[in-house]
Amino acid sequence: MSEIQAMTHRRQSVPSRRDSHRRMTQSSRLPIATPARRNKPRLKLTRWIGLTLFGLWILIAIVGPWLAPYPMGAFVSDEIYGGASVAHWLGTDYMGRDMLSRILTGARYTVGLAVVAALLSSLVGAGFGMLAVLLPHWLEEGIRRIFDTLISIPSKMMALVMVSAFGASIPLLILAAVLSYAPGAFRIAHSLATNLATLEYVQVAKTRGEGRFYIAAVEILPNMIQSVLTDMGMRFVFIVLLLSGMSFLGLGVQPPAADLGSLVRENIGGLSDGALAVIAPALAIGTLTIGANLLIDSLSNSRDTQKE
Amino acid sequence: MLGESLTVRDLRICATPPGGEERIIVNDIGFALAPGEVLALIGESGSGKTTIALAMLGYARSGCRIAGGSVQLGDTDVLSLNPKETRALRGHRVAYIAQSAAAAFNPSRTLMDQVIEGALIHGVMSRQEARQKAVSLFHDLALPEPDHIGERYPHQVSGGQLQRVMAAMALITDPALVILDEPTTALDVTTQIEVLRAFKQVMRERGTTAIYVSHDLAVVAQMADQVLVLQNGETQEHNTTARILAQPAHAYTRSLLAAARPHEHLSPVRGRPGAELLDIDDLQVGYGARNAQGRPANVVLEHINLHLTSGQALGVIGESGSGKSTLARAVAGLVAPSHGAIQFDRRELSTTLRGRTPEQFRRIQMVFQSADNALNPAHSVQRLLNRPLETYFNLDRRARRARVEELMDLVKLPRHLLERKPGELSGGQKQRINLARALAARPDLILCDEVTSALDTVVGAAILELLVELRRELGVAYLFISHDISTVRSLCDDVMVLYQGQCVESGPCRQVLDTPQHDYTRRLIGSVPELRQGWLESRPPRSETAATMA
Repeated sequence: MSEIQAMTHRRQSVPSRRDSHRRMTQSSRLPIATPARRNKPRLKLTRWIGLTLFGLWILIAIVGPWLAPYPMGAFVSDEIYGGASVAHWLGTDYMGRDMLSRILTGARYTVGLAVVAALLSSLVGAGFGMLAVLLPHWLEEGIRRIFDTLISIPSKMMALVMVSAFGASIPLLILAAVLSYAPGAFRIAHSLATNLATLEYVQVAKTRGEGRFYIAAVEILPNMIQSVLTDMGMRFVFIVLLLSGMSFLGLGVQPPAADLGSLVRENIGGLSDGALAVIAPALAIGTLTIGANLLIDSLSNSRDTQKE
Repeated sequence: MLGESLTVRDLRICATPPGGEERIIVNDIGFALAPGEVLALIGESGSGKTTIALAMLGYARSGCRIAGGSVQLGDTDVLSLNPKETRALRGHRVAYIAQSAAAAFNPSRTLMDQVIEGALIHGVMSRQEARQKAVSLFHDLALPEPDHIGERYPHQVSGGQLQRVMAAMALITDPALVILDEPTTALDVTTQIEVLRAFKQVMRERGTTAIYVSHDLAVVAQMADQVLVLQNGETQEHNTTARILAQPAHAYTRSLLAAARPHEHLSPVRGRPGAELLDIDDLQVGYGARNAQGRPANVVLEHINLHLTSGQALGVIGESGSGKSTLARAVAGLVAPSHGAIQFDRRELSTTLRGRTPEQFRRIQMVFQSADNALNPAHSVQRLLNRPLETYFNLDRRARRARVEELMDLVKLPRHLLERKPGELSGGQKQRINLARALAARPDLILCDEVTSALDTVVGAAILELLVELRRELGVAYLFISHDISTVRSLCDDVMVLYQGQCVESGPCRQVLDTPQHDYTRRLIGSVPELRQGWLESRPPRSETAATMA
């Protein structure tokens, strides 16, 4: 066995990665790169964390209200800003209502509104993005200019103006979120579709006499759907933060209904005491967005390794 | 002599596909080169030739690792160096010339900066010395304006020139070993001959030891002293170039040689002329703003006249940029000509897709060069072949299924491939599916745009045979676009030579290719490497002005 073979055998038999001295001296001898293998366990872990957190919130959004031990608006305790107890796991809020019940019920607004708004944003954005590539040039330019105009308006400002002009209602909040986030989805889908549209299989479809909608839906969409979905996940996170911010300012979901953002706002008075009533909904928003982020990251990463 | 000896023993390289088990991709490779000798690694794509060449730099691509063996350069054991020593070796004692110079240069820096960068990083010489050295290399490599070409940016020189500039970049540190990875594959034959000549001269003058990676035996015959034939990462045959060419021992070598030799005329001699099918009259295609006479700012094709009868095969040859693909795209309706008319089956053919009838769409099919891009990666083979049947024919499900299977038989592919996606097929299989999809429409005319050029020689030869057979059986006409004269010769009845957007010569294939009348045709034919040693030296050199023009 040659020197090198012997060395590589030793390297393979090194049991622990923490055995840093041996590993350094040996692996440095050979320029070996195995990034795929190194990343794998970490990737799996983040995906599971992401999936668990996000899945949990989706589940809560669906069945939360039935799990809630008390009705959402019921005054169940004399103690305000109560700590965790057997009767009230997450304590009570500034009016003595059960915090757990309010979060279980309120999550539906945050998650539901954001899911609907993210879906609509991506649908509008990606739909126009794909069709624009196949339309005559002047029409494509026109669509691009409209979306460029929308994208230049700060999202929170647009939402604030819309709410102060028309009053806060759930359809209006969704509209505001879609107007804010569809242009970004359009830009991404459009640039992906521009590249795909020059590929030869699209040309083949054109010389076959296929229509625009067929080319967009069958030839282009399947090859960009994963990127569009990743983008939609990101939009979801942005929209959660936008809606929570709106509610925190008192311009979002209106009482008696309450989403996670309004729960933080209502109980802001307990902040100085470190009340669970303000920490719990804040943590809820955090875990929801972090979970969604981790999930998106791991999905797009695994796609990259598949491509290699 | 600057070259050093190179000895490789028992080289083994393993690769780990994502989520898969590690497997050996290069096994038991060994060879020895005396200083100044050139070894050619030859084999089809995926045979491991580039992987082996990169191992000479002590480098394994991402996901691969060098699992065993030794690479001895002079008195250095390359694989046992530490990272710092490896860095000192790369780009200094071992240099690498990549296939695509266009991708290897940074577009935002001048050529000179990039050529001397390696010498400066390794501290071999001062900036002033490096510049002088670079200019003298530019001279040796027969680059135009050698004193000033370094001030240009990569996009300001032609592809062949850029490839030579990259050679200067590799040679500036006087490396002991140069790795040339298919350095002329992306070039036109007329450019390739100049580049090969320049490479050979500087390498011989400096006595550089070199490894030449290629799939083209004719090129290898000009450049190499030894040839190592690879298949699936294993040595099939290793011998001197002369022996390999004269007495190939291994069956695989013989098949490579057979594929590289000029094919005999495979096509049946044309019988009676068929009915008029395609008639192009004074076609002009261009892009950019049009002037008062309706002439575009950039004219790609001009004064093109062409007649094609049914069942006829017309070859269109020319180098890149000659407008040959544009011609096919104009017939397919993908670009609108600025002048001229196209008639198909005695009826005016609309210049845009919008004005064409479904019947015209069906009768003209286009097969693109790269089957990778021409097949939608998201669709299964079944779906790819099904779609034209749905579009053009009123068939029920069962009839469609039967037709798809018939098409698979026609292109000689097993039916179990129907469920696969294009990503799970080999290059040759993809090109066959690409053809089958065109045949699904029962076309009268197939526009073939460089259908064999992305394939390995052996696979390409098989596709060519298939095309000949299909023509005999189905009587389709081909507009066959290629830069490869030997494929045109074996398939086509007539040929048309394009040069800078104009037709310089056309006529029956034999007549044009055997007794070319136009200067450019003669040059084009004379630039195709022949499968014998000493061919390169026997070609008269061409003045640099002509090379720049091309």
